[in-house]
Amino acid sequence: MDLTWSADEEAFRAEAAAWLEANLRAWRERHGGRILSGDTAEGFAQHLEWERTLFDAGWAVVSWPEAYGGRAASLWQWLAFEEEYHRLGGPPRVTQNGIFLLAPSIFEFGTPEQQDHVLPRMASGDDRWCQGWSEPNAGSDLASITSKATRIDGGWILDGQKTWTTRGAFCTHLFGLFRSDPESQRHHGLTYLLVPLDLDGITVRGFGRLDGDEGFAEVFFDGAFLPDDALPGGVVLGGEQQGWAVAMATTSSERGLTLRSPGRFCATADRLVGLYRERLAADPEAVDPTLRDRVAQRWMEAEAYRLQTLQTVTRTVAGQPAGAETSLVKIWWSELDIALHETALDLLGPEAELEGAWSKGWQFALSGPIYAGTNEIQRNIAAERVLGLPRK
Amino acid sequence: MHFAFDDDQLAFRDAVRDLLAKECPPEVVRAAWPEGPDEHGARKGDGARADPPRIERVWVALAEMGVLGMAVPQAHGGLGLTEVDWVLLAEETGFAALPHPFVETVCVAGPLLAAAGDPDGLVPGIVAGTATVGVVPLDDLVAWGDRVDRVVLLDQRTSGRHWQARRVEGGLTRGPKPGTPRRIEAALDGARAPLVLQQWKEVGRCGTPDDAALAFDRGALGTAAQLVGLGRRMLDLTVGYVSERRQFGVPVGSQQAVKHHLADAALQLTFAAPAVYRAAWSLATGAPEAARDASMAKAMASDAARLVGRKALQCHGAIGYTVEYDLHLYLKRAEALARAWGSAGWHRNRVATALGI
Repeated sequence: MDLTWSADEEAFRAEAAAWLEANLRAWRERHGGRILSGDTAEGFAQHLEWERTLFDAGWAVVSWPEAYGGRAASLWQWLAFEEEYHRLGGPPRVTQNGIFLLAPSIFEFGTPEQQDHVLPRMASGDDRWCQGWSEPNAGSDLASITSKATRIDGGWILDGQKTWTTRGAFCTHLFGLFRSDPESQRHHGLTYLLVPLDLDGITVRGFGRLDGDEGFAEVFFDGAFLPDDALPGGVVLGGEQQGWAVAMATTSSERGLTLRSPGRFCATADRLVGLYRERLAADPEAVDPTLRDRVAQRWMEAEAYRLQTLQTVTRTVAGQPAGAETSLVKIWWSELDIALHETALDLLGPEAELEGAWSKGWQFALSGPIYAGTNEIQRNIAAERVLGLPRK
Repeated sequence: MHFAFDDDQLAFRDAVRDLLAKECPPEVVRAAWPEGPDEHGARKGDGARADPPRIERVWVALAEMGVLGMAVPQAHGGLGLTEVDWVLLAEETGFAALPHPFVETVCVAGPLLAAAGDPDGLVPGIVAGTATVGVVPLDDLVAWGDRVDRVVLLDQRTSGRHWQARRVEGGLTRGPKPGTPRRIEAALDGARAPLVLQQWKEVGRCGTPDDAALAFDRGALGTAAQLVGLGRRMLDLTVGYVSERRQFGVPVGSQQAVKHHLADAALQLTFAAPAVYRAAWSLATGAPEAARDASMAKAMASDAARLVGRKALQCHGAIGYTVEYDLHLYLKRAEALARAWGSAGWHRNRVATALGI
């Protein structure tokens, strides 16, 4: 056991921190300090510019091979980068659904031609990918997908509807699950398709999330023709009718460490500790005396996530893939995120009602236990696959 | 960065686990409880009991394996292991609810007395399993008071922020005598049989304030590790029970409400355990945040074990709420240990102070 960073890792961290500090400042200054939510049309453009800056300097996808715009960073270096990114207040990654959710499947199932085309354009933000899995009647019960892909000469005809598509209104491409065998049931007969959103017969309608941002979209497919050669290497990822297996490969990334790394929550916990100090300095009488205990508890919970991740990465580096325990991880960070923000709102007192970073963050945190598989589904998975309880 | 135990550490853990599975099953834990009804007439220890000599045999077996001298330097006849080497062994003693003062004698007193030059000549006996030492952190309750040869007080009371370790004599009796220190007959965990320490006499100090501070952190770490082990035991017991027990024609463990309780229990243990292992590393390497990390470990393990105990009891239903069934042995030990060596709140206070708030 050695819980220190190597000299190489420290050097990588320092280089990342120096670059991020300078370039985040420059990006904010270019916009007069007025950075809008990345889930609005104007804010998305600002954030895309930031993504391009990251890409040009090789920081957009640090763990990817250099050929695709990364720097072949180890998982340890990636963790350090994430810690610095969040410590320095880096903005949410508007390309995250591509780089964190689709890319792992492309690496695992994509043909060399697909990888060469899709990955660099995703990393640079030239192509923006949204996830087309959920449907009005397929949420937690994802296997009840009814959107259809009908095989015809030279391509597919797409019909149906996807929804809760994050940032769909600002994206160029969708990776989705479609029922390609009309006789099939449940998780059989699905195909994972890569779909440009500018095809005739596709309509994207953005709509407001709970926080008011246009972060959601629904995507309608009305007999849209998806040609086989719409993308170099084809539009099917991992083989026809193999969609479920391909999709499940990304869910552990979504639940596990890549989408919501500990650096994000540790940074929030540190800001919470800072907020407590500020409030106490400003007016000791106004601070609820029980909040000190809660702030310490939140800090420990974020730190525990960091430590649990160090265990996971140690195992991953040794070649043991993460298993069903990623379900527990997803429950932990999503509930932690709400608790962190609630504690901050209590520290702020009545003024928390006014729009601010903590109240905005709280509204976003509320979605955590719902997206990426509800926490109830995660508890089922953990009970059955970690503890071995009977399925029925 | 490498957050995992090495093969030697895991092999030693496995050996202790196997030994305790054989020598310290629930009936041995139960045998350490007082026989018959207590002074209020309550029947607290009913159920299958092992022969009383088996209680002592576990301790001897651990001594023979070297476990009782694990934290004692080799110069004093021990194995000289670090906290990282022994934290999993402490966890196993929690899993088994070992009815002996393991944390006090083995994790704390052995290395503390050895560092102080073994003033009472007890260290060889600790290593051999013939001497036991009670350690009283922060309060005046001597856990396992019935079976200790020496008591060490660990506190910050009379010297402000500095810790002190004092060897004391007297103040303990081995039975209720009018006018003498009170024997607690009706303790929550009958095996721990705590005594209240009164009218004691200081025999001498024990080590430097730094030694005493480290001793306290080792006690918090060892207890936190036992709590994780107890949590694992209660969860295992419950998973086994709900997989077998059938109601409405199906195993109760197939019901979502039960699954979610147990997923929550697993969740807390999954995130408390790495905090405990990290604290072991911080103590072993003398990291500047060692005290903070020990406190984080104890706070998280205390809360986790308590929650697991509640979930375990609830998922067992009425069978868990009996003295014949084994769950209460672990549930009560966990509840006692959740407050021993500083409660979760006490330790969160130390973490908050370390965070500068």
